[in-house]
Amino acid sequence: MKLAILHELNAERAARRPAILVTDTENGEQRLVKAADFANDPLRAELDKQLRMGKSGNVEAGGKKLFLNVYAPTAKLVIVGAVHISQALAPLARSLGYDVTVVDPRTAFASPERFPDIPLVAEWPDTALPPLNVDAYTAFVAVTHDPKIDDPALLHAFERNCFYIGALGSRKTHAKRGDRLRAQGAKDADIARIHAPIGLAIGAVSPSEIAVSIMAEITAVLRLPPKEKEEAA
Amino acid sequence: MLDRDEDILKAAEDWQKAGRGVALATVVETWGSAPRPAGSSLVINDEGTFLGSVSGGCVEGAVVTEAMDVIQSGKPRMLEFGVADETAWNVGLSCGGTIRVFVEKVG
Repeated sequence: MKLAILHELNAERAARRPAILVTDTENGEQRLVKAADFANDPLRAELDKQLRMGKSGNVEAGGKKLFLNVYAPTAKLVIVGAVHISQALAPLARSLGYDVTVVDPRTAFASPERFPDIPLVAEWPDTALPPLNVDAYTAFVAVTHDPKIDDPALLHAFERNCFYIGALGSRKTHAKRGDRLRAQGAKDADIARIHAPIGLAIGAVSPSEIAVSIMAEITAVLRLPPKEKEEAA
Repeated sequence: MLDRDEDILKAAEDWQKAGRGVALATVVETWGSAPRPAGSSLVINDEGTFLGSVSGGCVEGAVVTEAMDVIQSGKPRMLEFGVADETAWNVGLSCGGTIRVFVEKVG
């Protein structure tokens, strides 16, 4: 690997931007394709697929055997609300490979006893969220049921273009939330991005089952191509 | 794969800039129950120091030896390891899988 390519790859990784290294395994020729350049690449279909799956693999193109090595940032999950569901959700998400952080200004909720080994930030969203570097590789869930906490958190998630945004609440609760967020400057397109009621409809009852439905929905958004994603929702 | 490994690519860059000969070995294909998925990698410098893994520790020794030759020659090569693969490299994967590992020089 040329040093210039390695340097560029490390810069993309440090910035949490995905990239794929394409190697001709017959002769060692290589090129790095940044995610922003996928759309103009002759291999775009293959690059999109491998990145979505987060999986490296081999393809044949133009008579060449190419290895596509996928470098995707570790996905993060930010949970706003140190509630009962979050106690099940945090360890489940971690076992799926996410870097998990729980945010809740209510110290009675955000306690290490309730969340052993999970990074906790017992601050209001305005203080807690900016240092977490929430980005497009972050799934974001707001589950406090308290508009004072959930609303500013969701506004932050819109701004940072999280790949998944979910919020707890019935359709009625969600309609009211939409009105409040619009009054604070959110666009209709932002509101439409919120998965609410949160989680896939699997008839979940217990906090652990709701956690499973949330992670199933996040996984679908992360992995499925756009069309199948709509069908799953 | 999700980028959770220790930062071996950063180490590769740092070693190369410090004037060391460096090689990168990457799993490019797996069959059966291979211990590490495609994309897993190992970096090796000319002192024989290595970071990362391409298997559960079964074939790293052989990969490091090959990597020394690649650092010398500058020519990439493909290695294949499998169960009972005595003729090729005299090491195999106890799990019964087969892996192909691409070894290239850095710089």
